[in-house]
Amino acid sequence: MALTPEQIQAAVAAKFGDAVGPLAPPAKDPFFTVKADRLLEVCRFLKAEPTLAFDFLEDVTATDHLKENQIKVVYHLFSYAHRHGVVIKVELDRAAPKVASLEPLWKTADWLEREVYDLFGVTFEGHPDMRRIMMPDDWVGHPLRKDYQEAGGYEDISNVRDSSLVEYRRMDDAVREAVEAKAKAAAPATPSTPLAPTGTVH
Amino acid sequence: MANDYAHDPGAGAQILTTRSNIVQEVFNMARKSSVWFLLFGLACCGIELMQTGGPRADLDRFGSVPRATPRQSDLMIVAGTLTYKMAIRCRLLYQQMPEPKYVLSMGSCATCGGLFQYSYSVVKGVDKIVPVDVYVPGCPPRPEALTEGFMRIQDLMMRERWKAKMRPNVQEKLGVQYNVPENV
Repeated sequence: MALTPEQIQAAVAAKFGDAVGPLAPPAKDPFFTVKADRLLEVCRFLKAEPTLAFDFLEDVTATDHLKENQIKVVYHLFSYAHRHGVVIKVELDRAAPKVASLEPLWKTADWLEREVYDLFGVTFEGHPDMRRIMMPDDWVGHPLRKDYQEAGGYEDISNVRDSSLVEYRRMDDAVREAVEAKAKAAAPATPSTPLAPTGTVH
Repeated sequence: MANDYAHDPGAGAQILTTRSNIVQEVFNMARKSSVWFLLFGLACCGIELMQTGGPRADLDRFGSVPRATPRQSDLMIVAGTLTYKMAIRCRLLYQQMPEPKYVLSMGSCATCGGLFQYSYSVVKGVDKIVPVDVYVPGCPPRPEALTEGFMRIQDLMMRERWKAKMRPNVQEKLGVQYNVPENV
């Protein structure tokens, strides 16, 4: 039987007490928060309890809150057995975000948590393979953080592109310089001043 | 029928004076009639590239077929958004192509970063990585536009000088010089 979010929150709160926050106002997607150190227990309960039976981790993502100095990791759970779903959030310290991995419970968390690690820098403890998944391995920083600053390109590739007008002007200048250099070389050199070497233009 | 070749004055009536010219002409005809291109569909332009290979636009009528390896390709059609991570691979694939090789930049993203040029991970144009011969604008370009760009590549192929495209060590052995144009 499908449960409402209120019933799911009540069931979890009855078992774990104040580790579980209240349900968010119904104007938004219904969600509740869970304390980071109890997350694995709560999720194990959500999966194992027959009336809840959350057998599918739909998505793991995160949000960055600069003012509150928090990164919130968001878990979307769904139960194919009962056709109900719930969203839970974990609030982490922005300086060193760290939470238990859900990979032992749902294997799909492997890549989803790697994505959150890649873009937000959240470390998942107990994850079997905590590497970047989308950005290059030697990338600096976590791009979806609000205070992320671009490093300026990657390896030897610049991230600046001039306006094409600027580039055309540069080409015109190169041609003019080459023509002038050629004219200078063709002109008879005065004996007192030797010719300056003219560089080749590529 | 002189108007047929208005866009390319050299294509209509060639006067072949030397043996080397004939060899060059035959080489270039063969080259432009079997342009095998490297499949490089990176985004939605890749879908439009498939349409160009389909029955309506039919890139195949130029003797052009997609290849899955750079080692058999003459042309690289970069179709789509190029990220920094992919750019490294793109350069590697270009280096694996045999000479003479051509690059066609398809769509706004490959040309200058397009819609995603302010992103932290997108290269601002494939010409930051490899030299580009023909740019086809559009988001994505229609198959007609890509066919036009492809025919411009064929024009470039007809202007190829077979000696000039040889590798330096081959040139040295045969005693030929790389042709550097006079006017820059």
